[in-house]
Amino acid sequence: MTYLVQNWRSVGSLVVEHLWLTLSALAIALVIAVPTSILLVRIPRLRGPVLGLLGVLYTIPSLSLLVLLIPLLGLGYWPAVVTLVIYAQLVLVRNLVVGLTEIDAAILEAANGMGMNGWQRLIIVEFPLALPLLLAGLRIATLSTIGIATIAAFINAGGLGMLLFDGVRSSNQEKIVAGAIAVSLLAFGANALLRQVERWSRRGLDA
Amino acid sequence: MSMLVADELTKLFPGESQPAVDAVSFTVEPGEFIVLLGPSGCGKTTLLKMINRLYEPTSGRFFIEGVDAHDMPVTELRRRIGYAIQQTGLFPHLRIAQNIAVVPRLLGWPRERIEARIDELLDLVGLPREFRQRYPRQLSGGQQQRVGLARALAADPAMMLMDEPFGALDAITRTRLQDELMAIQRKLHKTILFVTHDIEEALRLADRVMVMKDGRIVQFATPLMLLAQPEDPFVAELTGASDLLRQLSLITVERALAHPGLQPSTDETADLTPLHPQDDLRLALTRLLSVGDEGLVVVEDGRTCGRLTLSHLQAVLRDPALLGAQR
Ligand SMILES: Nc1ncnc2c1ncn2[C@@H]1O[C@H](COP(=O)(O)OP(=O)(O)OP(=O)(O)O)[C@@H](O)[C@H]1O
Ligand SMILES: [Mg+2]
Repeated sequence: MTYLVQNWRSVGSLVVEHLWLTLSALAIALVIAVPTSILLVRIPRLRGPVLGLLGVLYTIPSLSLLVLLIPLLGLGYWPAVVTLVIYAQLVLVRNLVVGLTEIDAAILEAANGMGMNGWQRLIIVEFPLALPLLLAGLRIATLSTIGIATIAAFINAGGLGMLLFDGVRSSNQEKIVAGAIAVSLLAFGANALLRQVERWSRRGLDA
Repeated sequence: MSMLVADELTKLFPGESQPAVDAVSFTVEPGEFIVLLGPSGCGKTTLLKMINRLYEPTSGRFFIEGVDAHDMPVTELRRRIGYAIQQTGLFPHLRIAQNIAVVPRLLGWPRERIEARIDELLDLVGLPREFRQRYPRQLSGGQQQRVGLARALAADPAMMLMDEPFGALDAITRTRLQDELMAIQRKLHKTILFVTHDIEEALRLADRVMVMKDGRIVQFATPLMLLAQPEDPFVAELTGASDLLRQLSLITVERALAHPGLQPSTDETADLTPLHPQDDLRLALTRLLSVGDEGLVVVEDGRTCGRLTLSHLQAVLRDPALLGAQR
């Protein structure tokens, strides 16, 4: 704790790095996951193979994937982001696909019957109804991304993992504890925030 | 011009041997309240869904106000037709006001017009304006159906398709909503296609009932015609089961003449075969159907008491209080 207080400047910049890594990875992951999910809902034939592939990627240990990408992308920020994006895909796509396919048929029929075209139905009806499940997936993805981003310090991607690795290398107990506490606080904070967003997205649905 | 003309409409679902709707032809005039009646699986929903093209006919055509529906853009066609279903299909994440506003929004109405319309519709279907901000789940089943009705009416469509809208409601709520729908219809004169498999509901609501069986129309006639002159054993069985004929036989001509809301006619033209005030309505119905619109004079001891027409009988049919009192 005292380490955190005394070194708040350097810890602060590590937190910013960690957040940046996490947020940019999640943003890219969402940009990929949303259209992928919509495609999988429209073309059910693709659902099995694509989810299967994402499942396989998800089972590769994160450290292995980080190291495997070094020959392709080198060290630093980019291989870390690619790894994080790959890990987030499974839970995001799976949750959004489930959310979109579980919508009551009567609701979709009403939407069509009222004269919505495909896009209008997606934006006005389907996406908002699938949002709670997508956000639940996003919360889980965020927590695992924060965790895996810590390991990414191993390939010089920066972030709070640096404190842990430095601490281990120099046998600095204080640094290790400080890093662990900081990462955990970040995860707790993200969890609480996203729970609120999730609750907001469910308004009306379980009243 | 006719509101709806169907010409040999047929729907054969892939993999089925029998068409769900089999070469059906009919004409509906503007302002008519048509009830589609028939047992489960006879093709009522399929026929209805062809009209707003949720199902495309396998063959045959239909025309809305003279225009071949196939030539209209499908979304435009649907926005012009109100649609209400049993499961309501209300959007659970949207407030009541937003649910009602869906079609006007799709049509690009200005905001103030939409807001005014929401209030107007809530008043019309008998819901308090405070419900604007509620979510569908915070309403009872009957209230949700009212919202469904308001939503279907929102853009003031000339034609409404309603698929068992009151099917899931208890008897009391159902009767109340039927009454309100009839009151709304008297005000707005929509062309309504209403699906039910409840014979009493059909006879109460309809100007004409389309009785269906195995994808075909068995009889398409007024409720009174259906009761008195079933063209098919199936229709006879259906109307016989309704108990309405028996009830009519328990009501006197006198009571029907006294029914509020209808002017007692003072026309004194003599008929060869007048009715007597103590005759029952079942007898009167049979006789009235053979004479037509002008009705029959009611005579007691050589004194004319009035003139009974089919409208009187229709009013009795629509009055559950009068019918119920005879049970
Ligand atoms: N989407 C579909 N695919 C294949 N067959 C269908 C489909 N929809 C309806 N059918 C069949 O068509 C026939 C008519 O069904 P429809 O839903 O029109 O009946 P209905 O008169 O509305 O019955 P209910 O009173 O039970 O609602 C039935 O035999 C049904 O199994
Ligand atoms: Mg049906």
